[in-house]
Amino acid sequence: MSNFLGLPEQLWLVIWTLIKIVAIVLPLIIAVAYYTLAERRVIGFMQVRLGPNRVGWYGLTQPFADTFKLLFKEIILPTRSNKFLFLLAPVLVIGPAFAAWAVVPFQDGMVLANIDAGLLYILAMTSLGVYGIIIGGWASNSKYALLGGLRSAAQTISYELAMGFALVCVLVATGSLNLTNIVHAQDGGVWNWLWLPLLPVMPVYFISGLAETNRAPFDVAEGEAEIVAGFHVEYSGAAFAVFFLAEYANMILISLLTALMFFGGWLSPFEGLPAVGDTVLAAPSAFWLLAKTVVFMFMFLWVRATFPRYRYDQIMRLGWKVFIPITLVWLVVVSALVVFDLAWWMA
Amino acid sequence: MAEIRNYTMNFGPQHPAAHGVLRLILEMDGEVVERADPHIGLLHRGTEKLAESKPYNQSIGYMDRLDYVSMMCNEHAYVRAIEKMLGIEAPPRAQYIRTLFDEITRILNHLMWIGTHGLDLGAMTMFLYAFREREQLMDCYEAVSGARMHATYYRPGGVYRDLPDSMPKYKESPWRKGEALKDSNAWREGSLLDFIEAFAEDFPSRVDEYETLLTDNRIWKQRTVGIGVVSPERALQLGFTGPMLRGSGIAWDLRKKQPYAAYDQVEFDIPVGANGDCYDRYLVRVEEMRQSARIIRQCVRWLKANPGPVMVDDHKVAPPKREKMKEGMEELIHHFKLFTEGYVLPEGEVYSAVEAPKGEFGVYLVSDGSNKPFRLKLRAPGFAHLASMNEMAKGHMLADVVAIIGTQDIVFGEIDR
Repeated sequence: MSNFLGLPEQLWLVIWTLIKIVAIVLPLIIAVAYYTLAERRVIGFMQVRLGPNRVGWYGLTQPFADTFKLLFKEIILPTRSNKFLFLLAPVLVIGPAFAAWAVVPFQDGMVLANIDAGLLYILAMTSLGVYGIIIGGWASNSKYALLGGLRSAAQTISYELAMGFALVCVLVATGSLNLTNIVHAQDGGVWNWLWLPLLPVMPVYFISGLAETNRAPFDVAEGEAEIVAGFHVEYSGAAFAVFFLAEYANMILISLLTALMFFGGWLSPFEGLPAVGDTVLAAPSAFWLLAKTVVFMFMFLWVRATFPRYRYDQIMRLGWKVFIPITLVWLVVVSALVVFDLAWWMA
Repeated sequence: MAEIRNYTMNFGPQHPAAHGVLRLILEMDGEVVERADPHIGLLHRGTEKLAESKPYNQSIGYMDRLDYVSMMCNEHAYVRAIEKMLGIEAPPRAQYIRTLFDEITRILNHLMWIGTHGLDLGAMTMFLYAFREREQLMDCYEAVSGARMHATYYRPGGVYRDLPDSMPKYKESPWRKGEALKDSNAWREGSLLDFIEAFAEDFPSRVDEYETLLTDNRIWKQRTVGIGVVSPERALQLGFTGPMLRGSGIAWDLRKKQPYAAYDQVEFDIPVGANGDCYDRYLVRVEEMRQSARIIRQCVRWLKANPGPVMVDDHKVAPPKREKMKEGMEELIHHFKLFTEGYVLPEGEVYSAVEAPKGEFGVYLVSDGSNKPFRLKLRAPGFAHLASMNEMAKGHMLADVVAIIGTQDIVFGEIDR
């Protein structure tokens, strides 16, 4: 697709990039909308009830009804709050949540920015979101929101470390920070995917992801029963919707990254099986990535329906005293495997 | 140097974990609670005063609305106080029906408790599981009294009417048809007693289901073990009763110690805890649900075998049969007198208590010999429990306050009265 409109080369690059951004963000927003519906239906099913099934066909237009309701609601500014920061906070949350998607490959070569420091970039972007939460909690001029903001600050920093070390394990195991190369390194069937060599690290990464996105059982920053809604207790209407959108976009991102880094991304699970041979089932495609992502997205909901909420200090203990040591030990193990040429998945 | 002050937080009265309208003023050092000051009175409806201006029978309905999740147990304490003063005794079948419905009420209350306690600690699925079973028991309430919650079923001298011979069935609807309809109505083919029996047989397996979600769950244990510990001595000093006291290891249960209704005729055990923390109280209540199902099964067996009257035959207290009233002058006069003036209690005072699901629910009644109480004092178990809030919550974190409110099983209807 070259410059067929006769535009200057630079301008065309900008437009083409914008088109690509829209092509990622628009499906993402729709995915978020239907993820909320799926959450309510799936949890409803687990809780022996129906979930929303009234709006549209089997409730399929429910997310849009919710969106429009939120958009048309008044945004209430609390008295004596810092109005600028109060409204800036949702933007600071949604910005990084979407920006992180820039380096996510959906298939071989299907990526907005195939940069070599992709993993580092993702880590940076997912950590930035917490500033919005802290600022939102502080600017609300509410004690509940402030507690929520403080909690999420402490929690995110602790789990950022565990997550970071988990990613270092991936880096050591694949020798690359580029997400496309990380997937390529897992080529050659299910046993070459990183979940096996990084067996203890994979759950740590996923659970840290739960904590990172403030999801149950780590949802102390929201803490429904304790601090009501935590950092976004004072937000209403579109400002609240933006927080919501960011949280769900992050959940999808974490699911996608788990699939990319530990479960072979778009590689087929049937690759190399004699029974399947060279058919389309064995070929790598975006379908496999989607299927794997959906599995982890389902896990987010499943966990939420099953577990009670941790207490704030217990989360810290889990992060610092369990997860970080596990990842550190495994980092040594993986390094040893790589150094002594025992890394079968790299062969 | 700047003065460092504790953070004062207003917890409630509008708060998802306030169990109604609890207003807690929390003085906090970061997340740690230094002082918890419960404020009550936001649900005060003046029940005790209202009762002073009404004939005795007309206050039974108010009793339902005290602890609105253990309705019939409150009624039981009240009607027993009146019966004691009048010197009448309900017929044995009525006693068994009361025992049966007291235990159904206990399960109702404990299901509500396990659901909200779970919800407070983030295990939200518990709530819907518990409400699935609660719905069945609500149907039992409805079958005997016509109301799902505020039954007004117990009357001085017995119960309002005998158990019905049939159980209402679900009708076909777009949401419930075919197999689902058949499943919903599977227990409802026979009488109410058949339904209750089927429920009581099935219920322990449902309790197992709840336990798989919570009892051995590490997060649940982390949130409840060692939280809100009350020593046995202190529990007695604070006036704890019910599961709060038994959780601390004191086997005190009015059903065993001062048996009433048919509790001396049925077999059951009193579970006690060892450590007096939230987890032990959780285990005690879960076991109580199983024991209640056991009592229900025994009551159903007795009630099936022993038909008989459910109301005393004294028309000074109990209304006459309706068809007789239409024909007989005597009955018409009795009916008129009973429903206008009521009956007169001899001068004196009485205290009657029952083991309500939350603890000892007592009614202290002073009569001046008229048809209305001179003074009615209600002893609500939750009041004593809430009074210990500061002691139990001190030094714990904010999230534990929620666990403690849950374990105290607070209901404001009875505390504010």
